[in-house]
Amino acid sequence: MNDAQPLIVVEGLKKYFPVTSGVVFQRKAGSVRAVDGISFSIARGETLGLVGESGCGKTTAGRTILNLYTPTAGKIVIDGQDLTNANKVDLKEFRRKTAMIFQDPYASLNPRWTVNAIVSEPIRVHKLFTKEKERIDKVNELLNLVGLSSRLINRFPHEFSGGQRQRIGVARALASDPLFIVCDEPISALDVSIQAQVVNLLEDLQDKFGLTYLFIAHDLSMVRHICDRVAVMYLGVIVELGERNELYENPLHPYTQALLSAVPIPDPKRDRERRRVILSGDVPSPINPPSGCRFHPRCPIGKEHCKMDIPEWFEASPGHWVACNEIKG
Amino acid sequence: MGDAVSATTNIPRLSQDEIESPPLSLGQLTWRRFRRHKMAIFGAVVLILLVLYSFIGSFFLSEKYANYTDTNLRLQAPSSTHPFGTDSVGRDVLARTIYGGQISLLIGLTAVTIETIAGVLVGAAAGYYGGWIDAVLMRITEAVLNIPELFLLIVMAKEFAGKIPTITLLGREFSGSVVVIVVIIGLTSWMYLARIVRAEFLSLKENDFILAARATGTSNNGIIFRHILPNSMAPIIVTATLGVANAILAEAYISFLGLGVQPPTATWGNMLDGANSYLESAPWLWFFPGMLILLTVLSINFLGDGLRDALDPHSRAV
Amino acid sequence: MDNHSTPLLQVEDLRTRFHIPEGTVFAVNGISFSIKEGETLGVVGESGCGKSVTMLSILGLIPIPPGEIVSGKAIFRDRDLIKLPESEFEHLRGNEVAMIFQDPMTSLNPVLTIGRQITETVRTHLGMNQEAAEKTAIELLERVGIPEAASRLGNYPHQFSGGMRQRVMIAMALSCNPSLLIADEPTTALDVTIQAQIVELVLHLREQLHMTIIWITHDLGVVAGLADRVIVMYAGYIVEEALVDDLYENPCHPYTVALLGALPRVDRRRDHRLNSIPGAPPNLLVEPHSCPFAARCTYVIDKCRVENPPLLSVAPDHKSACWVDIKSSTTGITR
Repeated sequence: MNDAQPLIVVEGLKKYFPVTSGVVFQRKAGSVRAVDGISFSIARGETLGLVGESGCGKTTAGRTILNLYTPTAGKIVIDGQDLTNANKVDLKEFRRKTAMIFQDPYASLNPRWTVNAIVSEPIRVHKLFTKEKERIDKVNELLNLVGLSSRLINRFPHEFSGGQRQRIGVARALASDPLFIVCDEPISALDVSIQAQVVNLLEDLQDKFGLTYLFIAHDLSMVRHICDRVAVMYLGVIVELGERNELYENPLHPYTQALLSAVPIPDPKRDRERRRVILSGDVPSPINPPSGCRFHPRCPIGKEHCKMDIPEWFEASPGHWVACNEIKG
Repeated sequence: MGDAVSATTNIPRLSQDEIESPPLSLGQLTWRRFRRHKMAIFGAVVLILLVLYSFIGSFFLSEKYANYTDTNLRLQAPSSTHPFGTDSVGRDVLARTIYGGQISLLIGLTAVTIETIAGVLVGAAAGYYGGWIDAVLMRITEAVLNIPELFLLIVMAKEFAGKIPTITLLGREFSGSVVVIVVIIGLTSWMYLARIVRAEFLSLKENDFILAARATGTSNNGIIFRHILPNSMAPIIVTATLGVANAILAEAYISFLGLGVQPPTATWGNMLDGANSYLESAPWLWFFPGMLILLTVLSINFLGDGLRDALDPHSRAV
Repeated sequence: MDNHSTPLLQVEDLRTRFHIPEGTVFAVNGISFSIKEGETLGVVGESGCGKSVTMLSILGLIPIPPGEIVSGKAIFRDRDLIKLPESEFEHLRGNEVAMIFQDPMTSLNPVLTIGRQITETVRTHLGMNQEAAEKTAIELLERVGIPEAASRLGNYPHQFSGGMRQRVMIAMALSCNPSLLIADEPTTALDVTIQAQIVELVLHLREQLHMTIIWITHDLGVVAGLADRVIVMYAGYIVEEALVDDLYENPCHPYTVALLGALPRVDRRRDHRLNSIPGAPPNLLVEPHSCPFAARCTYVIDKCRVENPPLLSVAPDHKSACWVDIKSSTTGITR
């Protein structure tokens, strides 16, 4: 699985959204610092999980990595190609090599398009097959790959259930033979019994095609199940990153610890036994993140200096990175 | 199931009855909802009858006949030879309403075509691109909106009258004034649609399927015309439908003021103008064209209402 | 089981249907359960299983038409709620029985301040004057952990975060000291750490006030930490009912087994693929006559496709609606 060069390298990625005020003439009053400097790499064939709660910036990060939002700062390198200042041709090639699966199965498919049109769009845009017959064959092949009958090719999205629509979204993502797929909460909107179907499908496809995934989610149990490594985000920054078992069994950052202890376990005895870290307060706004360590207002072990010192990102043990003032190398 | 075997064996297969299959496409659903709207059906039927009246009617009575004047026959009340009576120069009113209908309906349709194209282009660009494009386009739109339509119509009618040559289309001669009217109405009515389309685009472009199209690499034009536009057809269709009624009325106003299509070419509007001096003495001169305008506008409005309800995706009825 | 206490709420053979243009939706198809005072009952199931419709039917909140409660009783303190006229319900809801919902934004009035909404409830049901009502409101907000409660009385719902709003909902629900609290997916839309806060709060209040709670959710993890007893619903039926420890250690219905097998664990290393349940939930427009889970069940036998199994006792305090004894069955997936 680990090749020489990682497939994806992200360095210092930032995405700010301007906040404007004023009625007649809008001026910039500040910025929503949705992603405020994240760095990581993903090896070929790997699944990196990106977890965090609402407002942490994980969805923005996923979209910025795919250049759906223009980065405010930072570097993205995919398959050896640096995306900053990429020209139109390179960008188009980049789009072919990448894909995205979305959270909402009801909003991510054009309600006026047939399944055929939806799944074949990447094929048409990148001119991968020129003959109509070849395109239809490819679409049928993709539908079968995701477990849908070819008979459904001319149906419309509203005729399908949520799980089936998500499969159509997966088929579309595969259409251009991508290397890298960003899965943005692909199962959150589905029933529990359907979630397992879709996750198993994603894994099978990864085995078959050697795909690399960025799996963005808030369901920590599912992330542990499917991801090789996991990064935890809080208010626009990554606070911890590690191999999955290492991170889940030995969380270093107090936020990670609180997060993991808050996840419900479907096992009453285990649930009663474990120690819960309950955080106080709400997640602060990304417009004005707290000074120093962003987590300090809610941190159970925060000290005075945490209000001023920005924690350093360092490798606590091989492959296990963390940014916390109270933990030093 | 007889389909191509999947190379990956662990994916659960969906059996035939697990695939939800309502028998109705979006078009059929829309038709069903439309059918329940009695007034809309009534409007559609009346409209079809009016169109037939105007166009089939011309097979029975020639245009020459409609324009044939005989002062001996002037101002005759409705009779068996002239079912709608005759006008101030002896022309048959029935025939004139037939040919007048053709022009009025034609004006309605072409004006609406112009305003729809203009409105959609402006609204789409403003809504999709935003930023300064939006700002500029919207200021222009608002500026034109603020000019009273009638005023603009009158000014432009006076300015361009007589300057556009006659054109021949489908065997009929249309005086240049028809073209002028069509263009003027079209250019003064596009703003409403532009704002509606802009609003639709603003909200639709936030949808995930648009983001998906961008992630695929679809061009902006592709997104505008193949993704967003098909999803905003409902308000466009409704506005266009009602726009036909507006255009017909607008033509009636201008012609009534004597600035529209000039006789001998008949339109319902200029027939009303011709009836001005004979309101009490020869009511058939204004009654028939007036009735026809009324019926046309009403039926279009009912039709538009029905379409609006049928195309509304939030409507609970099937 | 304590034979001396009568249940606080006893539901018998409840059937609710909806008449829509496409046909009839058989939403709830004959369920019976009871809850004792001081108990927390977890109601678990996926979307469409009828868990919310059941509670709405009990509280008279189903619009009739298109809804229809075909049969059933819901005895609450000697009164059958199914037969209760609306006028009496108004006195009951918010007072003796309180309900909290998933989205506080839609259940709170956005144009009234929080203080006004709480004081109104308290004044209507308990007849307090404005001053006493305000004092009560402040106490309630403090009790649910809203900081600076007094100054927040004048705030509107949108000025609170999701977690805070849910706390306000709980405060309103508790304002008249209800005997029964029905919570319909109250934490589903919340972040995991906020969910933990709310669950903690509820556990705390439960102890303080000896509350009886019905907690509806699709999340088997949340239920494990909250409930004393659990009922599992599928397609408008109860398929299994057990004490919480027993349900998770010893599930007897294939659906429960499958559901638990489809869940990943945050506290364990991955050791096998998730056991996905093939197919999809049944079409509720078809009147059910066979076991609703038959089409997706790995233990299915011919009888399942013909006759719907009743909910029967399979062990002390443990009922399951299945023709097959899955413990001794040779078919099906073993872990």
